[in-house]
Amino acid sequence: MINIATLSESSPVSVDDLTPVIHVKELDFFYGSFQGLKQINLDIYERKVTAFIGPSGCGKSTLLRTFNRMYDLYPGQRAKGEIVFNGRNILDKDVDVNVLRAKVGMVFQKPTPFPMSIYENIAFGVRLYENLSKGEMDERVEWALNKAALWGEVKDKLGKSGLSLSGGQQQRLCIARAVAVKPDVVLLDEPTSALDPISTVKIEELIGELKEEYTIAIVTHNMQQAARCSDFTAYMYLGELVEFGETDKIFLNPTKKETQDYITGRFG
Amino acid sequence: MSTTADPFHSDNPIYKNRLLRHRIGISLSIFAMAFGIGFLFWILAVLLINGLGAIDIEIFTRTTPAPGSEGGGLLNPIVGSLLMVGTATLISTPIGIFAGVYLAEYGHESKFAQITRFVTDIMLSAPSIVIGLFVYAVIVANVKHFSGWAGSVAIALIAIPVVVRTTDNMLQLVPASLREAAFALGAPRWKVATFIRLRAVKAGVVTGILLAVARISGETAPLLFTALSNQFFSSDMNRPMANLPVVIFQFAMSPYENWKSLAWGGALLITVSVLGLNILSRSLIRQNKTT
Repeated sequence: MINIATLSESSPVSVDDLTPVIHVKELDFFYGSFQGLKQINLDIYERKVTAFIGPSGCGKSTLLRTFNRMYDLYPGQRAKGEIVFNGRNILDKDVDVNVLRAKVGMVFQKPTPFPMSIYENIAFGVRLYENLSKGEMDERVEWALNKAALWGEVKDKLGKSGLSLSGGQQQRLCIARAVAVKPDVVLLDEPTSALDPISTVKIEELIGELKEEYTIAIVTHNMQQAARCSDFTAYMYLGELVEFGETDKIFLNPTKKETQDYITGRFG
Repeated sequence: MSTTADPFHSDNPIYKNRLLRHRIGISLSIFAMAFGIGFLFWILAVLLINGLGAIDIEIFTRTTPAPGSEGGGLLNPIVGSLLMVGTATLISTPIGIFAGVYLAEYGHESKFAQITRFVTDIMLSAPSIVIGLFVYAVIVANVKHFSGWAGSVAIALIAIPVVVRTTDNMLQLVPASLREAAFALGAPRWKVATFIRLRAVKAGVVTGILLAVARISGETAPLLFTALSNQFFSSDMNRPMANLPVVIFQFAMSPYENWKSLAWGGALLITVSVLGLNILSRSLIRQNKTT
């Protein structure tokens, strides 16, 4: 059951005032011959947190992975339809996926620090697109680690391996790494499912701070998490978008019975 | 049931049967292990007993003795082996690593990579004498003399598939999530393959190289047809070159006592270096696991 007190208290927003950063139109997705997403239509709004919930295999991660075309790595996976970002359909063949991914960052379920120092973990991504002096890079690393609320814990051991950190710290390092390249959108694919409750709280607080500057899309198995830290929620089932709207509305007064059943725990 | 019976004793026939099978299985395993390791220690013991006596300062400072002369050492084959194994390592390491990276990155999507992997596997088990004959036919027969270069090429050909296979295998162990994370930052594929994936298994790849070095430092057959040997000191890679395996082969079958003793000493040297390389590579793997 959802504790109503934990629902986000943000003032009601009118969808008309918001700018969609990502506009998804009639999106189909295929794993070989299996259709993973069916006719998805939705908008991801600027500087808001959009959560994707639904039972395992409903396609929420699949949808998230179309926003940076992560599926491109795997032959046999393809998407059809439109995902408009920065005025372009990013599914077009001539879109440079590397540039796209620099603008749409991603953090994964399991922390994935690179096998290098904490400093280098952050600098690696920055160096791909920017030529910074040593001093500027130092500043950027500190800035990114501060954004991820990790600076205080690691400032004295920046030269140590990223793998030496705890799981929660590693995940914040990954968030810092994603933020360091200054993307427009940050995709979070179940970012806390491998973490303990205290680390989870830290990441959730972080999401609240990051949305001041970034657009965030988060996939989560944890409905309380969606209720706590998102502005919009999309409920998906069997590859279809069942209901999408403001989080308060989805959790307190969903239009569809399936959504109601899922969020109250009667199903899923 | 009597009250004095051990409460953890069971007369259940199914359980007793299983216990018996367990004991037979364990006994057979222990016997097999003792048999294998027994021979290994036997070899090491014989080597130590016969070889230790030959190891002195002269073995490192004097060249191989002429037939009938007293004393002598193994300076020329030691230098020759180091030169040729070193050259072969320099040839095979970059080729092996690049090929391994190619196989791991593209091995599932390209026919060419699949064929390369298949051929590498054949090369891994190809008899080394065949490789020796091949280099003889291609290089030695054409330039009309044996040389250190030909020897290096022959053992490099043996080392390359070892490095390719270990690099490929190690890279396959890198979790897909790490690759995805690098791609998610907008890194191009070659950077993900080298800066992230290869770097993640650095120690494993170094291990592969060390194992390849260990493998080629004891090879005799391919050197017999290529570097031949040289009873004088020579560091000229264009001329026939002395090397430990071939010298051991010649000296062990000679009638002279000092030659036989030098052969034992050389055998001990090779064994100790190979053992050292193996221990080094193991400790590298362990280090990699803990960091």
